[in-house]
Amino acid sequence: MSEISSTAVSVDVQALRRRQGRFSALESGHRACLGCGQALAVRLVSESTGPDIMVANATGCLEIFTTPWPESAWRVPWFHSLFENTGAIASGMEAALKAQGRNTKVVAFAGDGGTFDIGFQALSGLLERGHNVLYVCFDNEAYMNTGIQRSSSTPHAAMTTTSPPGKARMGKRHLKKDIISIVAAHHIPYAATASVAYPSDVRKKVRRALAIEGPTFLQIHSPCPLGWGHEGDKSIEVGRLAVQSGLFPLIELERGALTGAMPLRQVRPVAEYLKAQNRFRHLFAKSEWADEELEHLQALADHNIEVYGLRGEGRDALDSEGADTIHRGGQRWA
Amino acid sequence: MIKALEGSQALAEAVALCRPQVIAAYPITPQTHIVENLAKLVANDKLQCEYVSVESEFSAASVALGAVAAGSRAYTASASQGILLMSEVLFNIAGMRIPLVMTCANRAVSAPLSIWNDQQDSMAVRDAGWIQLYCGDNQEAVDTTIQAYKIAEECELPVMVCVDGFTLTHTLEAIDIPSVEQVDLFLPPFQFSRTLTSQQPMSAGALVAPDIYSEARYSHHQALLKAAEVIERVDNEWQTATGRGYGGLVKVELNPDGETGLLVLGSATGTFYDAIVEQALDEVRLIRLRSFRPFPIAALKEACAGLKRLIVVERALSLGSGGIVTAELRAALAGSAAMPLIHSFAIGLGGRDIPISTVADLLARVEGATEPVAFEIFAIDSDKLSPEDQ
Repeated sequence: MSEISSTAVSVDVQALRRRQGRFSALESGHRACLGCGQALAVRLVSESTGPDIMVANATGCLEIFTTPWPESAWRVPWFHSLFENTGAIASGMEAALKAQGRNTKVVAFAGDGGTFDIGFQALSGLLERGHNVLYVCFDNEAYMNTGIQRSSSTPHAAMTTTSPPGKARMGKRHLKKDIISIVAAHHIPYAATASVAYPSDVRKKVRRALAIEGPTFLQIHSPCPLGWGHEGDKSIEVGRLAVQSGLFPLIELERGALTGAMPLRQVRPVAEYLKAQNRFRHLFAKSEWADEELEHLQALADHNIEVYGLRGEGRDALDSEGADTIHRGGQRWA
Repeated sequence: MIKALEGSQALAEAVALCRPQVIAAYPITPQTHIVENLAKLVANDKLQCEYVSVESEFSAASVALGAVAAGSRAYTASASQGILLMSEVLFNIAGMRIPLVMTCANRAVSAPLSIWNDQQDSMAVRDAGWIQLYCGDNQEAVDTTIQAYKIAEECELPVMVCVDGFTLTHTLEAIDIPSVEQVDLFLPPFQFSRTLTSQQPMSAGALVAPDIYSEARYSHHQALLKAAEVIERVDNEWQTATGRGYGGLVKVELNPDGETGLLVLGSATGTFYDAIVEQALDEVRLIRLRSFRPFPIAALKEACAGLKRLIVVERALSLGSGGIVTAELRAALAGSAAMPLIHSFAIGLGGRDIPISTVADLLARVEGATEPVAFEIFAIDSDKLSPEDQ
């Protein structure tokens, strides 16, 4: 400790602090991996929620890396019960706060396993009953906490420890579940997808969700360097390619109807996104089957671009995408 | 006020008197009438609370858990498959030391599917860390429900009030429903020391390493043991307030010096009581086990002192082992100076009638026995068994 003193840091710490968001629910010192998309997503979400929230957290990486007893990285009331009941725990909290006349907003945090798979029923119940809860799914497309097993959110053809490629398999055989459409089919007031690669967009969508009385849902694409097989400093780049290729469209749905989509001015080929990650490396083995799957994934992206009308027309002065680019020196947004 | 009420309706009124702020419910026979009656009270504005109709028992327990964590008194009820489905949450609720009260309308467990009464469901979750109280009749079910909130909130432990399905839940009895004033005097407004609030953020449900898990289990175990005293005290307080008490943990009835003991849980107590009185079986000491968790070893030793023989009558079994209560009782009494001969029987499984002749039949079965009946499902009809089991 004695070797690191504040005087050894040449930057103006006060000035740096002034540039930072005012509030983050997550204190530094937690045990997330380098480049963890989920940890970043939580920070972005909580910058918009502020401190007056109550968190129901599913079992998973986020729960593990933030609360190894007796430590906690949380600056907001935080409750972890089980893996699959987060929707119901949040419902109970909201009902209690309503009964007591308290206005604290209940926020549910869960991964894709806790949302798409094992916690799906409780989520559906929460949405159907119209609880005033913001449910945030940190989508890193597999069970990362248990060691990278496939979930129903894992993209088609991706390699996980339970969907390994081999002579008879080309990674995951099934498609990624279209959770946002399923959630939107509950006709809730607001459901959106977002990506940690677009911080302003995440913050904006959280603010929109919080302004609504009723159930709202946010699916945040959160790269996992360990599970996806890329360096920790590439999380933002990889996340951005998922969006720019059309594989992970950023959309907003109100009462089930599409009301917003981030346009793609320069659509990138899916292969660029896939090449950046080890979980798709078997697709570049130059076999007929691998080529077929590459085409398949490109077709999925093309389909998204078509159905959500993502193709933009040249650069637009009103685009704020550039403002999201993180520059060294702390200038996060313009 | 004395009213003729169906057990479920009486239970709903008792719950309402405790002013829960959140009720989470999912229908399952024979519990359903309880939450239907509560829904009716809410619909008619006789009870002001958030009534959350969940999509499963798993969520019923979870909603109640979330509600208590956020600072509200909560209630749920279930039975049978519902108890099994919510069992993961039940363990979690107890481990988090959440003061919640639920009713278990005891029912058999599938397979084979049966909607009728025995106590296999609550016995299956006996290790969840909940207090479990078994009720003899509907008056006791009403009174125990109110007591349960006081016990739960004082001990920061959840309480399961076990009420035999159909036998009690669907039976009309004359029941003295306590007044609002009585309950308000007895049960203080809900206060939970670990209520979540954004003014003083707290994290609950952390991951613990091997260096602390054992200590956490120790504390939970101690809390249950210490709850025995609270259960007794609260029952005494209720007796002072209303004139009705149930013996706290264990109640000895009829001949306290009888050398033949009959130990039972739940509604069969009433049948046995009547049988003993009607048939003038004066030598029988009737022992009612009211608190199964905590298991009241000291009280049971006292209740069994001087017995020559004891017939333990159970409404469930541990398959491949035998009587659940018996095993624990034998362990509790082992080594004591005058250990009675303990005979173990399961009766009334899956709703089979427990006729008033049962007591005499049981006594005849063990008449002159010098070896204990290790375990037996009573009155098996061998004609109905497959050839290899006959």
